[in-house]
Amino acid sequence: MRQQTPQKPQKPHEQQALILAALRDPQALPGWDLPRWDLLLRQLRQADLTASLYIQLQQRDLLEKIPRQPRRHLEWAAQFARRHTQSVLWEVGFIRKALQEAGVSLVLLKGAAYVAAALPQAKGRIFSDIDILVPKGSLEMVESTLMLYGWNTGHHDAYDQRYYRTWMHELPPMQHVKRMTAIDVHHAIVPVTARIRPAPDKLLAAAVPANGETLDRVLAPADMVLHSAVHLFYDGEYDHGLRDLVDIHCLLMHFAQQPGFWGGLVSRAQELELARPLYYALRYATSLLHTPVPDAVMRAAEVARPHPVLLWVMDALFQRALLPKHPSCDDRYTGVARFLLYLRANWLRMPPVLLIKHLFHKAFLSPKQSG
Amino acid sequence: MKLSALSRSELSLRLRHGLPLRTGAFTFRVKTCIPSVAHGLSLLYADYPLAAEEFSDFHVTLASPPTLRRWFKSQVTFRFDGMAPFAPLPYTQAFPMLEWGLNWCVSNHANNYLIIHAAVVEKNGYAAILPAPPGSGKSTLCAALTLRGWRLLSDELTLIRLSDGLIEPLPRPISLKNASIGVIKRFAPAAVFSPEVRDTVKGTVAHMKPGADSVRRAALPARAAWIVFPKYEAGAPSVLDTVTPARAFMRLADNAFNYSLLGQQGFHTLAGVMDGTAAYDFTYSVLDEAIQVFDALPVPA
Repeated sequence: MRQQTPQKPQKPHEQQALILAALRDPQALPGWDLPRWDLLLRQLRQADLTASLYIQLQQRDLLEKIPRQPRRHLEWAAQFARRHTQSVLWEVGFIRKALQEAGVSLVLLKGAAYVAAALPQAKGRIFSDIDILVPKGSLEMVESTLMLYGWNTGHHDAYDQRYYRTWMHELPPMQHVKRMTAIDVHHAIVPVTARIRPAPDKLLAAAVPANGETLDRVLAPADMVLHSAVHLFYDGEYDHGLRDLVDIHCLLMHFAQQPGFWGGLVSRAQELELARPLYYALRYATSLLHTPVPDAVMRAAEVARPHPVLLWVMDALFQRALLPKHPSCDDRYTGVARFLLYLRANWLRMPPVLLIKHLFHKAFLSPKQSG
Repeated sequence: MKLSALSRSELSLRLRHGLPLRTGAFTFRVKTCIPSVAHGLSLLYADYPLAAEEFSDFHVTLASPPTLRRWFKSQVTFRFDGMAPFAPLPYTQAFPMLEWGLNWCVSNHANNYLIIHAAVVEKNGYAAILPAPPGSGKSTLCAALTLRGWRLLSDELTLIRLSDGLIEPLPRPISLKNASIGVIKRFAPAAVFSPEVRDTVKGTVAHMKPGADSVRRAALPARAAWIVFPKYEAGAPSVLDTVTPARAFMRLADNAFNYSLLGQQGFHTLAGVMDGTAAYDFTYSVLDEAIQVFDALPVPA
């Protein structure tokens, strides 16, 4: 007697969007059957969103209604994420101490900022390094103090050093020699060579206290959204694209409760030259995750809407690349879409001549030197 | 339905599409076209239940990477739902790689257990945990005990439930290395082994089929009664030395995969285990003597 082939959740496009359906409407998850859960967990794992979904269900008091087999996977991931949050706070403590000595106050970015500010999406979010923003003038002081405290830069290659120090918006990543934890020290949120130039001084000046307990600061609400948007839509790395979009979704939902947030978002974006990434963020958060964005904000953001042909291309690229890197989410164009977005990011990062030099060096000279 | 209900050709066919196999508390969907894996499974997993098609905990694949190498120096890659946690191995090591891969899946995810790198066996409701570094004869002793009336809970991963401190069985084939293979084959000529695979990182390895009874009772947890740190020493008499609880605690924690990840919960679970157990260092060379010592271990109060 042969068993039948595994039940698959309906048609391919439904499989592809399974994770989106779950994130949009966690309320419906208790009704999902096991074959759907089987595939959903695989997509969540690839996107690093398993623990996030656990939190969504926990906040709605729905965990007990999830079948035992999938619930166990959610709990496993949540256990791991709790530990992760603890270690981030622990590590931030070391960085704070070092920076105090350098006389620089700590401004945290991205994942570590969400944890320090106890934002809703921080629970369950896994990330590998801690990002901080310091004034460009203090860069040398910060770097040497961090080195005294045990963080070392890993990129010894002269070209890499020049790449980071001359053209990028951050120091070469530093790693602690004992704890093996990594810090990215930024002095801006986009590369020096990029076409858009959001002024780092404005970001630092507007930074707000992360919480009531420490002197750590994080970017102001609108700036935090804009940084998240420029990171996602200009960086070219989409391995965690959906998780980053979920971040934006959660930030928008959370800050929507603060008076004046929506009203100031678009003008702040224009001030920082980040209206285009904001437009993309709102467009794809609303279309993929159904984020509730007020019509007036959406209309105002349209000033940065690209030409219809370009937008058609971007839709085709982002709607593929923002899905988890799981075979069930891919169609025949997904690989091409990811590659084109990688090229686009490099194009946006550097002027053409510099880009050609850079890619030439990476392709032909770097391998020779390391070999 | 057990795996043994499938004919060899049915097994190979099902493996091509993914065969959901249940071992202990986990279901693995194993997908492969490699004949040595099908052969190993049919030999060692005959008594294991097939799981329902609708949900698997871990989707694993074993396949040759699609590179030119496949034509002259073929390799095998273990993938967990597309991710490859290990570098490829020579093609002949496919079955041991499956075993290592399945262990990896459990030890990297199952955080509702404190997971200790240790063999664990049970008799009359009392479990003995055998933590030890490779080369100490842990698996050899474990294999011998299960061939003489002890139930196999696990040869590699002792899963201690955080909820109640009981040990959840994960009976899977016992991995034997180098000289141990011959030792156990002489000790129990009727035992079933997978073909020996040479030149792995662990030397020559072969896996021994666990007893049908251990597989059948895989849902039945047990309470830890003894922690025995085995050490094989050629020609040595069997000697059992008491280890203080504090020292045993540290040595168990050192052997745990997720002790620091579990934080306080890990500490309390391990402390709970120590409360009801006696710990020993055990030096041995003769398996029959060792089994007598185990059979005579005093039941803790």
